[in-house]
Amino acid sequence: MGKAVLMQGNEACVEGALAAGMRLFAGYPITPSTEIAENCAVRLPLAGGTFIQMEDEIAGIAAVIGASAAGIKAMTATSGPGFSLKQENIGYACLTEIPCVVVDVQRSGPSTGLPTSPSQGDVMQARWGTHGDHPAIAVSPSSVKETYELIIRCFNLSEKYRTPVIFLMDEMIAHLREAVELPDMDSLEIEDRLTPLTAEKNPFPYLVKEGEWVPRLMPLGMGQHYHITGLIHDDTGFPTNSHEEADKLCRRLLDKIQKNKEDIITYDGYLLEDAEEVVVCYGGTARAALSAVDEARMEGIKAGMFRLITIWPFPEEQIFRLADKTGRILVAEHNDGQILLEVRRSAQGKVPVDFIGKINGDVITPEELLTKIEEEHYAKCADKK
Amino acid sequence: MVNKRELKLQPGWCKSCGICVAFCPKHVLELGENGVVIAHREECILCGQCEKRCPDYAVYIEEEEADNLWVKLY
Amino acid sequence: MPSVLIKNNMREEHLPHIWCPGCGNGVLMRDVASAIDNLGLDHRKVVIVSGIGCSSRAAGYMDFDTIHTTHGRAIPYATGIKLADPELEVIVLTGDGDVSAIGGNHLIHAARRNVGMTVVVFNNNIYGMTGGQYSPTTPRGEYGTTAVYGNIDRAFDIAALAFGAGASYAARGDTYHVEATTYLIQKGILHKGFSIIDCASICPTYYGRKNKKGSAVDMLMRQKTHGVMAEHAEKMTPEQLQDKQVIGVLAHTNYPEFTAEYQKIKDGLRGGKKDGQK
Repeated sequence: MGKAVLMQGNEACVEGALAAGMRLFAGYPITPSTEIAENCAVRLPLAGGTFIQMEDEIAGIAAVIGASAAGIKAMTATSGPGFSLKQENIGYACLTEIPCVVVDVQRSGPSTGLPTSPSQGDVMQARWGTHGDHPAIAVSPSSVKETYELIIRCFNLSEKYRTPVIFLMDEMIAHLREAVELPDMDSLEIEDRLTPLTAEKNPFPYLVKEGEWVPRLMPLGMGQHYHITGLIHDDTGFPTNSHEEADKLCRRLLDKIQKNKEDIITYDGYLLEDAEEVVVCYGGTARAALSAVDEARMEGIKAGMFRLITIWPFPEEQIFRLADKTGRILVAEHNDGQILLEVRRSAQGKVPVDFIGKINGDVITPEELLTKIEEEHYAKCADKK
Repeated sequence: MVNKRELKLQPGWCKSCGICVAFCPKHVLELGENGVVIAHREECILCGQCEKRCPDYAVYIEEEEADNLWVKLY
Repeated sequence: MPSVLIKNNMREEHLPHIWCPGCGNGVLMRDVASAIDNLGLDHRKVVIVSGIGCSSRAAGYMDFDTIHTTHGRAIPYATGIKLADPELEVIVLTGDGDVSAIGGNHLIHAARRNVGMTVVVFNNNIYGMTGGQYSPTTPRGEYGTTAVYGNIDRAFDIAALAFGAGASYAARGDTYHVEATTYLIQKGILHKGFSIIDCASICPTYYGRKNKKGSAVDMLMRQKTHGVMAEHAEKMTPEQLQDKQVIGVLAHTNYPEFTAEYQKIKDGLRGGKKDGQK
């Protein structure tokens, strides 16, 4: 461990990305993610990389995918309106299997909304924002230190599964300043995409090897002379209208995430062993939840917290098991109940799933959460009597 | 070194647009039922009008050596 | 067996291409291949980038590393590729709708920014892939399936637009003037910076039929009679130039190229320092 430095969430995002090997950032200024672009503009040329401010959000993601196709790790960052604009090209990266990291610092919407206010309203967009059935990985940090650690994980997952990874930050964490002890570079696990062993012309660049989940694509400019397209393609990389080939490709894209959920999903449990009231939350909301759970415990309420770190794929088995051993679930998020739907689906009616949310740009306070836990707890006690 | 050149067709690529027929200065080419045919090979002066205008690469002058004519022109 | 040029530069197994009989795109794609061939470029270092539309299917036929991207976005994808590896020769194949409607913003900013790439526009004055809707280069008064009563919009002159936006190399070619167009593409590839060659294609199927332009041959003949080489145009009066299409270089200046300038910043910052060192 190095010495502690005072760092903002957005700054930690850039430092972590650099540690992960990011060598290109292309983006467009938007509150509250702008500090990510600003820090990249300072830091990337020092690290031998490239920063470019593009003409719009779409160009930002397009340049990132282009750079990644040419073999370097690339990232863009945005907030709500910009995240909407990037969606088509996120789908392109899904289908063509070009790794990239998209940071979305969520702000209050819809539309221009409340640009400087926190929100977690893009959770479903991170899953379903681009059209068609597609894979999705989204990860959400709850502290500045975790921002540093998880952006590295985003790059690793993106490289490993050759898919865009959404880093779902929120304004609370993005603009939070905390003392952070950054880990030694040597201690970090950095994953790089697999590439073919030779640059020989390969008639089947998209053919997946036995025992692997993704094709080993060569960076552009190495002489393999293969074709990348956003059309449904077969193992040759060229377009096909075959239903069979379309099914094979689309299934594999979904399966590479679904069948590796154990590898991808991470979460954090707090006092879950004997918890009767469990707050399910993620991102900045977890900070209020942690205080509320501690307060509730001091009052003698057996409260706990289940914090999602991987938002997508959703940890449905974990929530199902949680529902088996707890008395009640309270979902807390800064939207009108997006993850709530997933939690209810996964709990399968085994326990009541309640909700506390805000969509007015204000934050959920520990007091509000505590009150909600208390209300539920005492209502349940009354029921039992 | 003798540069052997010959008018050739690429079977199956012609879409019968008629461009080569219209631009051939010696009326060597005609449209048949399945695309362009060489009707009067003996008239061909190997000028290459057909090749450079064919959108489908169906008709061309076979060269023994790579032709750098365009570079030389400028 | 096809010609040596086609064999060496195209994916024979994917030909014949999907374009309609008489489509000018095949000729323009051949011009690009000729330009690459004439320059003797290292094929490993050529990357072809395209967007969406008839024109953009060209990427799939050319035997290089090729990437067929999203509608309008070929230029920003190409920007990312060039930034990742400035040694690459990045060639963008695009159409009038792709580059000047949905991708218009990227065109003007790439021209201004001067990232080294060569953009070849297959400009057929219509949206062909979707069946003949009017595009930003459909002349005023002409017809498309979405301009059934005549197009009200004025047409873009794409080369002039790029020039106005600061392109350091802008040229106009067409389907008829094959040698000139090939040469203009070659010059564009050799140019260090953003270059654009706006090439008038012909679309007999939609644009031609909707606007009574006759057959592919008639449309080519029109390019022959209306095309004027830039050196001749200089000696002509505005009256004589009316209704003429000037073929040649519109702008050619040496403005610093983006990746080279960025490298200077990096070198200045890092003087004596190692990669990754603060």
